[in-house]
Amino acid sequence: MLQNLIFDKRFRSISFQIFLFLFVILLFYWFAQNASNNITARGDKFGFDFLNNSSGFSILPTLGTWLMDYEVGKSTYLDVYFIGIINTLVIAFTGIIATTLLGFIIGIFRLSNNIVLKFFSSVYVEMFRNIPLLIHLFFWYFAVLRAVPGKREKLDVLGSYAGINVTGLYIPKPLFFDGSTIFLFSILFSIALAFFMTSYANNLRKKTGQQLPLFQINIGIIFLIPTILFLFLTYQSGAPVEFQIPEFKTDGPKLKQGFVKGIGMSVHPEMIALWLALVLYTAAFIAEIVRAGITAIHKGQTEASLATGMTKGNTLRLIIIPQALRVIVPPLTSQYLNLTKNSSLAVAIAYPELVSVFAGTALNQVGREVEMIFMMALVYLTFSLITSLFMNWFNHRIKLVEK
Amino acid sequence: METKYSFVRKDLVSEQPPPLTQVGITGWLWRNLFSSMSNFTTVTSSVQSILMIILTIWLLYFCGGQLISIIDFAIISAVWSDPDGLKREVCATVKQGGDLPADWYGACWPFIFAKKKFLIYGRIPNEELWRANLVYAGLFVGMGYIIWEKGQGRKWVGLGMLTLFPVISLILLTGANFDISFNLILWTGILLIVSYLVGYFSSRNYFGEIFEQFSILFNFLALILFLFLALLILFSIDYGLAPIDTLDWGGLLLTLLIAITGIVASLPIGIVLALGRRSNMPIARVLCTMFIEFWRGIPLITVLFAASVLIPLFLPSGANVDKLLRAVIGIILFSSAYMAEVVRGGLQAIPRGQYESASAVGLSYSQSMRFIILPQALTHVLPGIVNTFIGLFKDTTLVSIIGIFEVMGIFRAASQDANWGSHVQHATSYLVAATAFFIFCFGMSRYSIYIENKLSRDNK
Repeated sequence: MLQNLIFDKRFRSISFQIFLFLFVILLFYWFAQNASNNITARGDKFGFDFLNNSSGFSILPTLGTWLMDYEVGKSTYLDVYFIGIINTLVIAFTGIIATTLLGFIIGIFRLSNNIVLKFFSSVYVEMFRNIPLLIHLFFWYFAVLRAVPGKREKLDVLGSYAGINVTGLYIPKPLFFDGSTIFLFSILFSIALAFFMTSYANNLRKKTGQQLPLFQINIGIIFLIPTILFLFLTYQSGAPVEFQIPEFKTDGPKLKQGFVKGIGMSVHPEMIALWLALVLYTAAFIAEIVRAGITAIHKGQTEASLATGMTKGNTLRLIIIPQALRVIVPPLTSQYLNLTKNSSLAVAIAYPELVSVFAGTALNQVGREVEMIFMMALVYLTFSLITSLFMNWFNHRIKLVEK
Repeated sequence: METKYSFVRKDLVSEQPPPLTQVGITGWLWRNLFSSMSNFTTVTSSVQSILMIILTIWLLYFCGGQLISIIDFAIISAVWSDPDGLKREVCATVKQGGDLPADWYGACWPFIFAKKKFLIYGRIPNEELWRANLVYAGLFVGMGYIIWEKGQGRKWVGLGMLTLFPVISLILLTGANFDISFNLILWTGILLIVSYLVGYFSSRNYFGEIFEQFSILFNFLALILFLFLALLILFSIDYGLAPIDTLDWGGLLLTLLIAITGIVASLPIGIVLALGRRSNMPIARVLCTMFIEFWRGIPLITVLFAASVLIPLFLPSGANVDKLLRAVIGIILFSSAYMAEVVRGGLQAIPRGQYESASAVGLSYSQSMRFIILPQALTHVLPGIVNTFIGLFKDTTLVSIIGIFEVMGIFRAASQDANWGSHVQHATSYLVAATAFFIFCFGMSRYSIYIENKLSRDNK
């Protein structure tokens, strides 16, 4: 009886799994027991009640602090948590857009038959891939952004409309007046109209074969409607949107010289350094992905589409890119996730994103390691879950197209 | 009927040289440079060509400018020596109290030379440096021998580098002579003897067939206990070496140590996880998948933070885990998840016929894995393993954030050193750091490409 069981494959596998499960449970139980002992020995307790306590440290003013109305001693640690998440998302979102553009440009350069472009992009890719991100970050933060003019001087960017010095980059700030809502809505409306136009033109082409100059029409819709409305509103009651140019004081007492606070928009050097490092670093990886994706498309595809009389532009747009995207998108999404995760390196230069502000400053003050690290991991795991859900959806869609 | 022609050529025309735009340097230039920017037949292509010309010229100007400024910074404008031991003043402009012109911007090499020892060894005392040198020598000779293709018995050297070398290096670097309780050694010894004997007798069918089934388990247990006992004894012997604190390790030595320990330890864990993720036991599969996805989902810096604050919390009070060890444990867990995915890729690339024929000839699961599947899968993913190592090597810089002084930590500390405080301190530090990492990582990535080509040739 027992002998039979031992030789039974299913019995073996089930008993092994039960042992494994018990082992893992016991291991976690042991950890939890130790943790609770250690926490009690410290005179502390486990729980998330600290989130309602007010925080006692100041955070660099960023989009997060602005959105959450952060005030030292008044805002809670939960606010700090959300500020961290918002700032991480700001970096991730703007960084992803820029790095995609740069990565695609460099990837396509690498396939060009112009030796200068090819050489430039090869050097770029090898140089940025083989140097750790932290060195990029320190280079931008300490070696470049600390080398710009000091607090009382500035370096002009875009003429005198924007300027940079050690306190940050100052750019014009849009001010919204009467009628700006209508104007912004008109932009949204024209984009929606362009989408509608696209689907209409596609349907028309499928039905009758008639081709509309879609690109020109859409450009016209997107630019013309808001412009006309803008001019009309300006004529009626003054411009709905104006740009406030950062003010730089060169006279008056020495200590008051420099950029005037509250006029124009300022971007902190920490954010510029982090953004530049992440964008330039990730672009090198994206360039390689793009190159691999395009070279993966068989040459016969290009030749066949040219032979059927398509133009070079249409070949690229309708034949090569749709097929290349199938190869490009999955690794591209994982690079986006990497960029988001790498933004945690901000802790090294104290840009207030999630890890830096919540697991760094707040953790030092509150000292609830388990809860806070759990909350932090939760955010990143959510990002990665969303990414993998998207990837599954995309792969599923691609599969349907293939059949 | 014969037609009368006035002229018929009887001999062939002699060969003409190919047109100038096809061969030689002009041909090459035409193909690789001008062909992309000389199409003026239509409006669109003319615009494209003009844009291309502007872009090319701008890139040439930009790259040339960067190259010149780097050469100027690193060589021409650089300060090379500090004969009077001035330290800060040697790289300071007039405004900052030195002799250099106000707009001077160049590398400060005496600063790097002064930090040389820290960058290579960390704070290991001078009279103990020979131990670190021995580790370096062992590492470079061993690695060199493995890479050298004509070497005899490279496999054995490789095995030694993975097993014996880490132990010897750790003994050399820590000085061994740890205070390990005699009871632990004694009990390990007793358990070893018992499990060996049980395994020995059960394999010879002394206790009936049921036990015979488990003999391999007992043998395996005995092997692990033996290794553990050997390590305990080796590390408790007094070799007469002065102890060195792990916090004194630093620089390149520590970077290499962390990276190599990470990869060596994460490979077996990664293999087990990959096998688990592909097994048909649901609980094992779910556990392995959760483990892998958890570690892959969070950034390394979070892992390092968590390791440094949570490990002491999760262990019984009084258990003291070294700061460096905590970071290394974090890195091992993190990289084993990535390694598992690399190995899984290799396992998936093995055709199913291999699995089926292995079980058809009567091999058990462990036998088929050991003799058939894993050797093929691991060879297949060798480039992937090297790439993981490059990633890990770059990621070791992050431990400097939690206050461990590997290369980047030393550079960070050096670039804040007030004795050398000048406006070029950071730029010089990061230029050297970037160059060093570039040389290591670029070399390894070339090697990985080389192996990949070689493997694909071998298969064909």
